[in-house]
Amino acid sequence: MTAARIEVAKTLKLYMNGGFPRSESGRTIPIKDAKGRVVAHASHASRKDLRDAVEAAHAAQIKWAAATAYNRGQVIYRIAEMLEARRSELVSLICSIEGRTKADAAREVDHAIDRTVCFAGWTDKIAAVLGGKQPVAGPYFVFTMPEATGTVAVVVPDCTPLLSLISLVLPVISAGNAAIVIAPMTNAPLALAVGEALATSDVPAGVVNILTGPRTELCPWIASHRDIAAISGAFLAQADAKSLEIGCAENLKRVHMHHDAPDFDDDAFWHSPFAIAPFVELKTVWHPSAL
Amino acid sequence: MNQTPFAYAPAPESVRPVLKPAYGLFIGGKFVEPRSGKSFKTINPATEESIAMVADAGAEDVARAVAAARKALPAWSKTKPAERAKLLFRVARRIQERSRELAVLESMNGGKPIRESRDEDLPLVAQHFFHHAGWCDKLMYAFAGATAHPIGVCGQIIPWNFPLMMAAWKLAPALACGNTCVLKPAETTPLTALMLGEILQECGLPDGVVNIVTGGPDAGRAITALAGRGVDKIAFTGSTEVGKAIAKSVAGTGTKLTLELGGKSPNIVFADAALDQAVEGVVSGIWFNQGHVCCAGSRLFLEESIHDDFIERLKARMKMLRVGDPLDKNTDVGAINSKSQLEVINRFVSAGSAEGAQKFEVSCDLPKKGFWCRPALFTGVQPSHTIAREEIFGPVLSVMTFRTPEEAVQRANNTTYGLSAGVWTEKAARALEMSNRLSAGVVWLNTFNRFDATAPFGGYRESGFGREGGRQGLMSYVKLANAKKKTGGKR
Repeated sequence: MTAARIEVAKTLKLYMNGGFPRSESGRTIPIKDAKGRVVAHASHASRKDLRDAVEAAHAAQIKWAAATAYNRGQVIYRIAEMLEARRSELVSLICSIEGRTKADAAREVDHAIDRTVCFAGWTDKIAAVLGGKQPVAGPYFVFTMPEATGTVAVVVPDCTPLLSLISLVLPVISAGNAAIVIAPMTNAPLALAVGEALATSDVPAGVVNILTGPRTELCPWIASHRDIAAISGAFLAQADAKSLEIGCAENLKRVHMHHDAPDFDDDAFWHSPFAIAPFVELKTVWHPSAL
Repeated sequence: MNQTPFAYAPAPESVRPVLKPAYGLFIGGKFVEPRSGKSFKTINPATEESIAMVADAGAEDVARAVAAARKALPAWSKTKPAERAKLLFRVARRIQERSRELAVLESMNGGKPIRESRDEDLPLVAQHFFHHAGWCDKLMYAFAGATAHPIGVCGQIIPWNFPLMMAAWKLAPALACGNTCVLKPAETTPLTALMLGEILQECGLPDGVVNIVTGGPDAGRAITALAGRGVDKIAFTGSTEVGKAIAKSVAGTGTKLTLELGGKSPNIVFADAALDQAVEGVVSGIWFNQGHVCCAGSRLFLEESIHDDFIERLKARMKMLRVGDPLDKNTDVGAINSKSQLEVINRFVSAGSAEGAQKFEVSCDLPKKGFWCRPALFTGVQPSHTIAREEIFGPVLSVMTFRTPEEAVQRANNTTYGLSAGVWTEKAARALEMSNRLSAGVVWLNTFNRFDATAPFGGYRESGFGREGGRQGLMSYVKLANAKKKTGGKR
């Protein structure tokens, strides 16, 4: 007779500044699978965790934006390579948490990986599509170019857990921003699997930080943090959306919110430069072109 | 050659690519024997030693390659763009992985210094595939208001100066837009293209999407002969003379044509330039790749007041150029690509002296075997001199002077070519004004010979038409749905 093997359970932590710390709060929340069994405990991120993440993101963003667009494209492509390598893990996590069929989960994972590849191709094209030379009526050489906004908080909804996270984060980082992702606690195992893929890709530490925590608790702190330059959110509770939008009044954060249930399957929008456009600033440079 | 205690010790590249003794034609995803039954020896121009035997494609072989491309076209052009993208990304990654090997082979077969093939050519080759991979599923944003369709089968004929880079510049955008290709590498430099064929197979590119036919001018003519009869697009990089012949042969066939041809590009240095920086730019402008560069800054225009000072600095810098073994990592100037090109260069050098210009050349030892040419410059050149008008395609610089910006523009534009131009001045307004007034497809301000997959490259006037690279370069490989109906030669 053989005894059933005891599985090694994964401790779910946060992904911050390239490492995996526990929440400084010491709090955890039990994560249940679709059948209601507790499968893990997620770190419950606090205000302090958010502030630490902003600090890391802020420092990382400057270098990330200064990297060549080609380099950022290759790094994002590497994310796709790392996600592909974890494909079966991602599929089984979606199945377990959401109780979906394997085929259905696989569709979501494949779509998320392919979307990552798409954004690997945007980094060195966004300037050609959103910027350009301006034919001003005078002897000036004038061009307009997109630049990263800065550190962006990305508040991920509960639906299609992997595809929503990828769809919201990739436009942000492909433009040279850093992201602080607030992932739903219920999907913490999946969000952390993405964190592990990021940690083993060539994404510099701090460019993406993943916190799992209750949105209602964290949203007001996001709104009031002055080093967060923009917010991306989708399909949030009215109260959370409103508390984030108040951030605009704080320091003119660019709050980009999809209020209705977004169709993350819609490539026409989610693969377009208009998914990136909310997270860039347009800079117009003038120089005389005559002595 | 170690005359001084400070001379560089030899630093030969140790990697050697794994080569087959003989290569067939890459048709329909396989290396096949040529039906012509002919093959030729491809050599190392630095040693004149044979590297491998390469098939010499005849008209029947070319027709077979075109048929393979035709056969592959429906499925490839209908492949979901995001899936095409993933294949091209794979190619880019595989090229990066094999770049050392490819760089060494490029230097062995073409004579260019390993430092250049390693640091310039190969990174650009990989970038070109990577950049265009990303375009596959984004063409709707490149052509606002129009729908981009592939043109069809592209016949692509490329030169020997940047063999693999030219292959990438031709193939990557064509494939991204859903076309299939028949590529003909130059007669003297077929090997890296053939290795690229192997890479495309490794990466799972469907059979027949890219076909590579090696051979001489006859193989090239066999491709253009099929214009409108299986070949829908001709892309050629090479001399203006051959470009014109191609334009003539495809006229009336309804075949889309892009040509990237010769140049006699001006490099203009104003008195207010950062002179040492300008010297470096002039050096890389003309002696990069032995001057085998279509956009080489082969005419140097100096503001009269700095002529003597600048020439002195330039000569001092020229003496530092290390000429020799292309596989030595310290080499600046490698071997001339072929015996026939060396003869062409030597004829121009003789003409320069005969017509009254003053020659200065680097006095260095040259290897006993192989094809070599000392870097040279001519001062006292008149606009009417042969070396001021005709493309030499070698390490020979013609120096002239000007007094006013007006005169610089007038003299710089006084050519039938218009590929590139360089301007050196610390006054940005002057630089930008010059860039507006120079007739050239690429203008480099305080730099020279910069290339990037995102930056369109191509010429004005007799330097050809069409661009390669960036959003604008895609135009050469698409048929837009709102474009007027084509005439003749098409289904």
